[in-house]
Amino acid sequence: MKIEGKQALWKDYQKEIADDNYFYVRSCIRQSFFPGSETAFLNIMRQDLGKDVYEHPCHTTCTGIGYHSDIVPLETTMTVVARQFALMTEAGYKNYVPSCVTSFGLYTEILDIWHHFPETLAKTRENLKKATGREFQIPENLAHASDIIYKFRKEIAAKAKYKLINKSTNQPIKVVEHIGCHYSKMFPSKGVGGAEYPYVLVGMIEEWGGEVIDYPERRHCCGFGFRQYLVQANRGYSIACSHKKFESMQPFKPDLILTNCPGCPMFLDKWQYAIAEMEGKTYGENGQGIPVFTYEELAGLVLGYNPWDLGVQLHQVSCEPLLDKIGIPYDADKKYEGINGQKLGIPEMPLTLKCC
Amino acid sequence: MIDFGYKIQADRQINLDTTDKDLANFVRKHENSFNICIGCGTCTASCSAGNFTNFNFRKLQLFICRGEIADVKTEIAKCMLCGKCQLACPRGVNTRNVIMTIRKGLEEQL
Amino acid sequence: MAKKVVVIGGGIAGMESSAYLAEMGYDVTLLEKENSLGGHLRNWERLFPTMRLGQEVLDFLKLGIETKVNVIRNANILKINRIDKRFQIELERGASFNADALLITTGYDLFDATKKEEYGYGIYDNVITSAELEKMFMEGKSILTPTGKIPKKIGLIHCVGSRDEKVGHVYCSKVCCVTAVKQAIELKEKLSAVEIYCFYMDMRMYGMHFESLYKEAQEKHAINFIRGRLSEACENQDQSILIKVEDTLAGRPLKLSVDLLVLMVGFIPSKGTKEIGKLMELEFGTNGFYKTKDQHTLTNVSNIPGVFFAGSCTGPKTITNTVTDARAAVTTVASYLEGYNLEIRTKAFFQ
Repeated sequence: MKIEGKQALWKDYQKEIADDNYFYVRSCIRQSFFPGSETAFLNIMRQDLGKDVYEHPCHTTCTGIGYHSDIVPLETTMTVVARQFALMTEAGYKNYVPSCVTSFGLYTEILDIWHHFPETLAKTRENLKKATGREFQIPENLAHASDIIYKFRKEIAAKAKYKLINKSTNQPIKVVEHIGCHYSKMFPSKGVGGAEYPYVLVGMIEEWGGEVIDYPERRHCCGFGFRQYLVQANRGYSIACSHKKFESMQPFKPDLILTNCPGCPMFLDKWQYAIAEMEGKTYGENGQGIPVFTYEELAGLVLGYNPWDLGVQLHQVSCEPLLDKIGIPYDADKKYEGINGQKLGIPEMPLTLKCC
Repeated sequence: MIDFGYKIQADRQINLDTTDKDLANFVRKHENSFNICIGCGTCTASCSAGNFTNFNFRKLQLFICRGEIADVKTEIAKCMLCGKCQLACPRGVNTRNVIMTIRKGLEEQL
Repeated sequence: MAKKVVVIGGGIAGMESSAYLAEMGYDVTLLEKENSLGGHLRNWERLFPTMRLGQEVLDFLKLGIETKVNVIRNANILKINRIDKRFQIELERGASFNADALLITTGYDLFDATKKEEYGYGIYDNVITSAELEKMFMEGKSILTPTGKIPKKIGLIHCVGSRDEKVGHVYCSKVCCVTAVKQAIELKEKLSAVEIYCFYMDMRMYGMHFESLYKEAQEKHAINFIRGRLSEACENQDQSILIKVEDTLAGRPLKLSVDLLVLMVGFIPSKGTKEIGKLMELEFGTNGFYKTKDQHTLTNVSNIPGVFFAGSCTGPKTITNTVTDARAAVTTVASYLEGYNLEIRTKAFFQ
């Protein structure tokens, strides 16, 4: 591998990312899959980096899942997106930051449609006005939340309590990164680093001390792909995609899978359980899985947040082996404690996949 | 083991690193004209058997080359050895002997 | 006094046309921007379809310009002025030449394979170009992968940078299919145990004897030809390259690991072609090569009276085509200088 080759490409794919005053919109599914991640983002932005991030209580789905499942027509999708932009405009913001990669892809696609077919923009304005009385401006800057963390990766590194270093071997933690398909595969120039060798997560991993692994099926879909999963009969296809990735990455012995999309960590995490129970195969060390993290969780960890506050106890694949490698302390007794120390109960252990 | 109501779907991808190319090598060795096919499909278009069954000489040659040989035995049984394809082939592949050599190869390996 | 012709570009077309023009009695100056003549031919060991040495052709071309042609090397053209029907060419170092006619033979460059990001050239060590493979042949060393292994499996990818809208080159480069067949045979001759896979979109074996070379590759060397275009290349743990295509004849996706991946890079208009074109306001065609006045009847004629083209500055050509085109250009230049009016038959000449 010649890193200079990638660096030359990365230079070609730099995008403008606003440096403050963000209008943040949440993902539909992340709060149930990885419930601490978005809170971690807000805390890091506001408390650690001192940035202004605004959340509007009235924002809704972008319809991305419905759109990609052929349920919601494009015109409806554009009007819903226009309503989100109207909320931003009304709140006095210009920098739009979605938490979800599919939302980011959808917003990028719609802005591109409006650019090339101005009549669709005029029609959307009319639809929105009729339906809600609202008006909107197109965001000055559209960046995915992972772009924002990427932008401030050095500031985070400067404040970091932990580095991505295996403290017993003194070697960097080996990380495979997985970028959500909608981040840059549709519009390579809108993603940091482009579509073939995206840099957005690589930049964080490098800056925080880890080592990036490029494995053959890096570009392959995580297995979500919406209709692969939404219909039960298709799930064999979904899990086959994840299976292909695990088989390809396992020889490299990664310590961690890092993701920037709501669906990917869900599928890369939970399918490890299903594969173990279906075929008895596990991909991590000692019968465990390979831990899967969101970039906000990882940023929180290096900044010294309490792992349980980041919600990593809700992962299917146990995170403790990784915490131990880095040397991040945790109180095992408090793993399943809710607010005010309330005991939430301990989940049942899988039959095959070893968990803590 | 748990039955979730679905299985990990089999990969459709041909994995040339792992498929069985012994039969291909056997045929190549004993009937060299097997190599010079260009996949034009004239054989299949002219095939008497192919008009009534799904026998496809072009695909047979191709899948043996790729090492995907699970169905070869049942497939070659459909050939009537009429030799029409041999007349039609623009590259001069000895198609009848290819079939005979495949059969021999399968027998020797069994 | 003999009329003067300045030929710009000392590759095959420039050398061969200079030889004929000089022999016919014109005062010929051949300008070459590099220190040596021969262009890309200098980097090609053996030639398709005969497998003869490129050096033999180069020697032939050199003999033609040895005595009567004024060869100027390291010539960087600064300015070309047109005064009435004459041209004045100024070089960077102050030298200047007059000409009654100009023959442009600025050739092609090879496609920059880093532009096909997903093929991993410049990123994965064991991905090389056809030109780099030829260099290995040229140096006569044993064939090793860039990471130092004797390759057991080699993949050759046709049409890299050709027939590809994504990189802005929609045309066929004409020589890559047969070059792949040639290089596959040479690899097989040098490494008898190697397995070779050529991935093609169409096998364009249009030249006399190309088809028999293709058949030889199949029959004698058991080279595998798979009709499918590379979608992406990735690196395995052992630094071999995992390639993915659709085997379009099987109608199924296919993957294969190769120790060495060779990209058959195509022709693009050369830097010199672009520069001289801009300098003189020559017309370019849609593919970025020079536009000839008529595709069928005025193949060596430019939009400027007295300025002519030869060789691959007007589009991809084989060596045979280039030599033929150079001689055709000579007759066009000579008929212009002698005042023959043969072009006038063509409507395009008046437009």
